[in-house]
Amino acid sequence: MTNPVQTLTKSVTVNDNPFMKPVEWLSLFLLAGVILVVLPLMLDGFRLNLVGKYLTYAFVALGLVICWGYAGILSLGQGVFFGLGGYGMAMYLKLEASSIENTKIQSTPGIPDFMDWNQITALPWFWQPFKSLPLTIVLAVAVPVLFAMLISFAMFKRRVGGTYFAIITQAIAAILTILIVGQQGYTGGINGITDLRTLHGWDIRTDSAKFILYFVNGGLLIACILAAQYVKKSKLGRILVAMRDKEDRVRFSGYSVAGFKVFAFCFAAGLAAIGGAMFTLQVGFMSPSFVGIVPSIEMVIYAAVGGRLSLFGAVWGTLLVNWAKTSFSESFPDLWLFGLGALFIAVVLAFPNGLAGIWREHIEPRLTRRAKSLQAPEPAIVPPHGAPAE
Amino acid sequence: MLGDYSLGDLGAIFAMQGFAGLILFSVYLLMALGLAIIFGQMGVINMAHGEFMILGAYVTYLCSTFCQTYLPALFPIYFFIAMGLAFLASGALGMLVEWGLIRFLYKRPLDTLLATWGLSLILQQAYRSIFGAREVGVELPSWLIGSVQVTDTIEIPINGLFVMAVTILITVCVALLIFRSRFGQQVRAVMSNRAMAGAVGIDTEKVDRYTFGLGCGIAGIAGSAFTMIGSTGPTSGQLYIVDTFLIVVFGGAASLLGTIASAFSISQTQSTLEFFLSGSMAKVITLLAVVGILMLRPQGLFTLKVRR
Amino acid sequence: MADDTETGADHGLRSPLRRRLLMGLAGAPALALMPRKAWAAPPTAAVNTTGLAVTDTEVTVGILHSITGTMAISETGAQEAEKLAIQQINDAGGVLGRKIKIIQEDGASDWPTFAEKAKKLLVNDHCAAVMGCWTSASRKAVLPVFEQYNGLLYYPTFYEGLEQSKNVFYTGQEATQQILAGLDWVHKEKGGDSFYFIGSDYIWPRTSNKIARKHVENVLKGKVVGEEYFPLGHTQFNSVINKIKLTKPKVIFADVVGGSNVAFYKQLKAAGIDLSKQVLMTISVTEDEIDGIGGENIAGAYACMKYFQSIDNENNKAFVAAFKKMWGEKTVIGDVTQAAYLGPFLWKMACEKAGSFDVDKVVAASPGIEFKGAPEGYVKIDENHHLWSKTRVGKAKTDGQFEIVYTSPELIKPDPFPKGYQ
Repeated sequence: MTNPVQTLTKSVTVNDNPFMKPVEWLSLFLLAGVILVVLPLMLDGFRLNLVGKYLTYAFVALGLVICWGYAGILSLGQGVFFGLGGYGMAMYLKLEASSIENTKIQSTPGIPDFMDWNQITALPWFWQPFKSLPLTIVLAVAVPVLFAMLISFAMFKRRVGGTYFAIITQAIAAILTILIVGQQGYTGGINGITDLRTLHGWDIRTDSAKFILYFVNGGLLIACILAAQYVKKSKLGRILVAMRDKEDRVRFSGYSVAGFKVFAFCFAAGLAAIGGAMFTLQVGFMSPSFVGIVPSIEMVIYAAVGGRLSLFGAVWGTLLVNWAKTSFSESFPDLWLFGLGALFIAVVLAFPNGLAGIWREHIEPRLTRRAKSLQAPEPAIVPPHGAPAE
Repeated sequence: MLGDYSLGDLGAIFAMQGFAGLILFSVYLLMALGLAIIFGQMGVINMAHGEFMILGAYVTYLCSTFCQTYLPALFPIYFFIAMGLAFLASGALGMLVEWGLIRFLYKRPLDTLLATWGLSLILQQAYRSIFGAREVGVELPSWLIGSVQVTDTIEIPINGLFVMAVTILITVCVALLIFRSRFGQQVRAVMSNRAMAGAVGIDTEKVDRYTFGLGCGIAGIAGSAFTMIGSTGPTSGQLYIVDTFLIVVFGGAASLLGTIASAFSISQTQSTLEFFLSGSMAKVITLLAVVGILMLRPQGLFTLKVRR
Repeated sequence: MADDTETGADHGLRSPLRRRLLMGLAGAPALALMPRKAWAAPPTAAVNTTGLAVTDTEVTVGILHSITGTMAISETGAQEAEKLAIQQINDAGGVLGRKIKIIQEDGASDWPTFAEKAKKLLVNDHCAAVMGCWTSASRKAVLPVFEQYNGLLYYPTFYEGLEQSKNVFYTGQEATQQILAGLDWVHKEKGGDSFYFIGSDYIWPRTSNKIARKHVENVLKGKVVGEEYFPLGHTQFNSVINKIKLTKPKVIFADVVGGSNVAFYKQLKAAGIDLSKQVLMTISVTEDEIDGIGGENIAGAYACMKYFQSIDNENNKAFVAAFKKMWGEKTVIGDVTQAAYLGPFLWKMACEKAGSFDVDKVVAASPGIEFKGAPEGYVKIDENHHLWSKTRVGKAKTDGQFEIVYTSPELIKPDPFPKGYQ
């Protein structure tokens, strides 16, 4: 059996390729068109808000494409970064919602309600920076990235391999969940941080605000795709692929393998954090259930369904899985897990490259032929794609 | 907190606490043994491991209800029958899954994670559809309930001792099977060099199928034994999965001895910490310690010397 | 938004026509022959001015519980009771002459999913009321949604209090209502003066224990010798059981939930703690949980609830019989199941009192409503949207039922913001 992943790495081996090939521009416009024009025209406010929520997961899936697909680092703890980003934003929003006026029935007005319930009488120090919006925006991304750096630096220095890293990140997700749930006076516990109202005085609960936030989210997502594309196309991206396929050779060529891996992991963490912050803004609360293991694995599945080597695929995959989840569960509340489980198995068995694989094998060749882009046939030499684990 | 108690009291508590740790150790080891074979030997990340355990638990439940209604004479010893059946049921399902799913994925170990995650969703829903969403209670024969009075103050739970005995038995069997039998020789050969093993005439596909089945079967036994100390419901399997993986990884994936050592150290740490701290913090500190040590020593406690 | 105006216009068009038809009919002698219900239903335009999903014959109500995930174990009973209540209401002619149509959604034991589905039920399906949620976390997640879109939620679980919303009716007990009478009883009858608290690590056990601690220390002048919390889903309790043996409390006060419950009681029994000698009071074990724990493992423990399946009155006998007829002989009924059963009836009575499905009118009409047919006996809705109810103490028996050993003499007033207990 030939490895179907091979065809996908083709573009990377061409040295003098442009930032994006015509087909890729086409995919980008298609995606942008659907997200920013078609869906808003087609869907009502409620469904559009749902799509907005799904798209926040797409940030995580994008990060996973770089970190798992290209650098070969599978993380089962992306929920940690999504959650940290989301909590950062939620802390700011909660402080704004807990003005002295709003909370005057509490024994200590001016602090979030759950702190008051837990006999905390002053705002803890780590909540203080989240009184300011600019600082919050910086911290919501910086904290997860620094945390990712801390985790990954120690591990990649010691050359922790694929599966091990996956299990360790999973354990970290478990630890953080228990910690957040256990320290409910400081974190809101299992309820999470709820009842968020305004962003710098702007009521985010109204339909118009949700509409605007949807476009902000969509725009940010496109920007992140371009950023990821830049990483992928730069020399860095090629080193990542080389590393994934033959780590030792890259090391012997004088590159610091650990450094590049740390970068890829932090990049993915940063994207996840942006997603988390946008999630909080659109949904209006943050809950420890995102930090746990189940959502972290689900996010990997989004990337897998979309195709782990395709940035656009990741977004489509996220939309497809979530759409399937919502519509299965609305029509068959008793049986929807069967459908979802079968979908995952089918994707892994039949379409190991996910949606992107289908696109590249069946649709793209036709497009290219039709466009007659008159390029000489590309050399079919491809680095053998081993399992990303090794 | 210990100042107010007499020496005798303290001695009794330490003895019981020691046993609590040993029981936890047996539980952890039993959970991890099946996975140590599947993940450690075969490299398959089986996220449905917990569901295979729960299958064993449900088989035990069926057995207990059946014996109560039709064969009350057998009830005192039904637990042994149930364990055997649990092994067979989970093992058979495991072999079926290997044949239908896992064998296509040996070259892509991380994909097994996704596929088995899908499988675990399906199994959970299947249990829910068949047995209902509520937990089921498994009734124990009376000799398994209660505790042994060692001295006036020291009491040891019988079901804990029983789990310990089962664990020792299974561990010894697995060790013999892997290191002393012809089948074990083939398993080890296939795992260390698949192509070469095939070349010398080992039916690698068959070995894979039986190995996976064996791992799942042991999970089934574990699930059966856990009906004595835990809950049996469609989602109970998920409670075990993180701990189990961590134990196997901490031990050094390919080493049976490592799994035993890691189950021992994690259980003792947790059990001791639980005594002095609150339950949540004990868990957090234990997991943190494990992660910390893994960062310093990524290959786990014990490792085969393999050139990578 | 577009949806709302459309349905509004729709009603506007249809209703005058219908009214004219009815008026025309009013003179017809044939009217006397028609079944009474057919014309007793007030016109849709009159009972629904806010665009809810109400037609001439139907009114839509949502049910939002976890059917999948870890909480499905607990929430199944609540969901079944709500369906039973709705069926009974429909058989008796419905609400304001309209049959109740159910839309069920799965919260999947995941709080954000609860919020998403709640929004769907309100914004997409325009449900006149929603029966649902179980955990505090899911309620907190949907609360802003119900407040923003002015929905109506009937919440069945006993919970920690500290909350009161215009849009929610709490048909279970809040913490002081549930706990205090039980503590008084255990203090008086069992001489409980030292307590060991053990719970799952989240807001309800922590708040309940906080209230219990204040009561024990300030009112009963007893002491709390230990307080422990374990992560949800924790299954190993041997260490804490040793600690309990060491501290020798008079009373173990337990609010462990879910799968942990099963492990806790099985291990307690195995460790040789005999519940006929050691007093254990739990506020989290109902008949539903005993099904999983096994009656022989928990026999002798005391539970403090407002409802037990074994309550001996006519209402309850009829309820238990109907429930078993619908969901099988083997099913058991716990406190929350019964509280969930109240929801649809309380809503029906409020609608009928208000003569409308409009949320604001239903809310305004609710306080003071009395339900004499409740299985637990008589209940009434307080100004603060909680129920007045009695508290009972039951002793668990090996067959999984409780023997009621104490019933508070009077209905206890709900007090979600108890003074002196915060």
